[in-house]
Amino acid sequence: MTATTPILKIKDLHVEVEGKQILKGVNLTVNAGEVHALMGRNGSGKSTLSYVLMGHPRYKVTQGSVEYKGQDLLAMSTDERARSGMYLAFQYPVAIPGVSVSNFLRATVKARRGIDVPVKEFRKELKECMAKLGVKDEFLSRYVNEGFSGGEKKRLEILQMALLKPDMALLDETDSGLDIDALRTVAEGISSFNNKDNAIILITHYQRILDYVTPGFVHVMQSGQIVKSGGSDLAKELEAQGYDWVAKEFASSGAN
Amino acid sequence: MVAELSRDEMLHNVKADYKYGFHMGEEDYSFKSGKGLTREIVVKLSKMKNEPEWMLEYRLKALDIFLKKPMPKWGNTKMLEDIDFQNIHYFVRATDKQGRDWEDVPENIKMTFDRLGIPEAERKFLAGVTAQYESEVVYHSIREDLEKQGVVFMDMDTGLREHEDTIRKHFGTIIPAGDNKFSALNSAVWSGGSFVWVPAGVRVEIPLQAYFRINTENMGQFERTLIIAEPGSYVHYIEGCTAPTYSSDSLHSAVVELIAKPGSHIRYTTIQNWSNNVYNLVTKRAAAYDGAKVEWVDGNLGSKLTMKYPSIYLMGPKAHGEVLSIAFAGAGQHQDAGAKMVHFAPDTTSIIVSKSISKDGGRTSYRGLVKVYPGAENVKSSVKCDALLMDEDSRSDTYPTMEIDEKDVTIEHEATVSKVGEDQLFYLMSRGLTQEQATTMIVNGFFEPFTKELPLEYAVELNRLIALNMEGSVG
Repeated sequence: MTATTPILKIKDLHVEVEGKQILKGVNLTVNAGEVHALMGRNGSGKSTLSYVLMGHPRYKVTQGSVEYKGQDLLAMSTDERARSGMYLAFQYPVAIPGVSVSNFLRATVKARRGIDVPVKEFRKELKECMAKLGVKDEFLSRYVNEGFSGGEKKRLEILQMALLKPDMALLDETDSGLDIDALRTVAEGISSFNNKDNAIILITHYQRILDYVTPGFVHVMQSGQIVKSGGSDLAKELEAQGYDWVAKEFASSGAN
Repeated sequence: MVAELSRDEMLHNVKADYKYGFHMGEEDYSFKSGKGLTREIVVKLSKMKNEPEWMLEYRLKALDIFLKKPMPKWGNTKMLEDIDFQNIHYFVRATDKQGRDWEDVPENIKMTFDRLGIPEAERKFLAGVTAQYESEVVYHSIREDLEKQGVVFMDMDTGLREHEDTIRKHFGTIIPAGDNKFSALNSAVWSGGSFVWVPAGVRVEIPLQAYFRINTENMGQFERTLIIAEPGSYVHYIEGCTAPTYSSDSLHSAVVELIAKPGSHIRYTTIQNWSNNVYNLVTKRAAAYDGAKVEWVDGNLGSKLTMKYPSIYLMGPKAHGEVLSIAFAGAGQHQDAGAKMVHFAPDTTSIIVSKSISKDGGRTSYRGLVKVYPGAENVKSSVKCDALLMDEDSRSDTYPTMEIDEKDVTIEHEATVSKVGEDQLFYLMSRGLTQEQATTMIVNGFFEPFTKELPLEYAVELNRLIALNMEGSVG
């Protein structure tokens, strides 16, 4: 990969799930250092995009391609994608009963870095990240996502991102269900994570989080396609005018 | 056959051996009974052990019962039919056991030893190559502590000689010979096993491990164990190990009796990983008196067929019983396990947690009973059985029974069957774990309520064993 190769290049992506077409030709290019916001109504295909980029077995690509750091992403298995730097912060993270957060974090960090980090070093790093996100120590001995509140789940997703240091982070409605303080902490976590070498796709329904994490690019999804793109002003227009405005624009351009 | 020792010589040996309490030393004589079970063999066995007359009578009565009783008509009757009672040696001294060559030990067993980090010295023993293994050094220092506390921990044969009155008073009171066909068999030909007696108010802080005093005889076919905890005492006893253990004997029929007197606490942990030629048919039962607590922590990993239902009879008010059991059945295995809680007294409580995994066509069954007698008011009991099926060939069944004859009780029962969740796998794989690593993590998490009750070294071994079993399971 050269300095100019995009981190992610999605071309004409068509995806179906259980026989139903969800994505109908998505095009998107993300370069290093960029933050892209992906907005749209429920059912527009936002989460589907994140699942298919991560390789969920139920989602079938029927047409199109995805290049990740110049490689064919769709040819890689889910775990290969993760180990080479892709990350998905789930909207509804699933519980893994009986597996402690600390064991889980150790194992996933080892998978990502390819080596076991010495215990002391790992503890130090872990504590620093936890402090930044307002995550208490007792969190570590709880079982992954079991009995977690919505806010706790989202914090764990961002904590993992801080430790795994992905190159391409997909954040699926990380802001949903958070109160204002949690939102601010999580948003700060995301902002401080972003640097010139990595990229973020921030999937969100509301523009609230974009007050804290400024996107360089905003896209609107509808009926399985990106129908409008712009800068951060676009997010403010949506907030003011709602999604109907985009829908009308899209319809009248005959692009349906 | 070598000439029998004189009675004096044998008594001398007993006194000399008492310090260690276990192995018979070089004074052993060779004996191997012929195949099949006859009155003559039982008489010979008892005479060789120099047992009191009452024990011989007990054995002979049990033999009659065994010969008359039919085989159980429930359980895996098909597998049970394959037991050829006439083709078994019912009494073989350790030194006579047919060892096998290290070359003949299956590769996957050797690999398991490697992966579990089993010390060299133990491998040959576990694999059935040598008959003896002694961890005298470890055991010796523990012995001194126990003696100071007045705790008795010895093999049953020696116990019968040294503590005859205590044993006579309690032997067979929890599990009578006639309880079932296999307790009758054990009562007739028992040999080895442990005798533990804890004085009132004494807490034995280190777990007593049968593993310390290994020799093949003590890990034998018909072990008989009796643990008596006097009022207010505490003891934790552990038997078995996670490492695959070869046994040339195909029928194992142990009997374990626990007596938890008022206010005492007994925890009995078992992990068995018998080779897949073994029928493991065990009767385990405890009596818990007023305010006493008994816990059976039961891990079933090996054997061809295991039928085992640790039970607790809650005899006095405020007694509490728990059974925490796991079962893992791979190809060709049937783990038929469960628990029984019988509430005789009011204000008693019980918990049963059963977790099982079936893989590659293995079969697990939960068979349980919660019984509440009239007058046992204010009883609280909960049963939770979870089965995990790793693939479509595997099978799990649940046969829970509740016999509740009292109105003022709270009984809960929860059963789940699941397969490894696709969403869980995806979540873990999306963090870079391979499908195998993800599956192993999920399985370890499934057994966690059990694993966290084990001493650390057992827990580590169990996790490693599970990882090994998950290898090659993808697809």
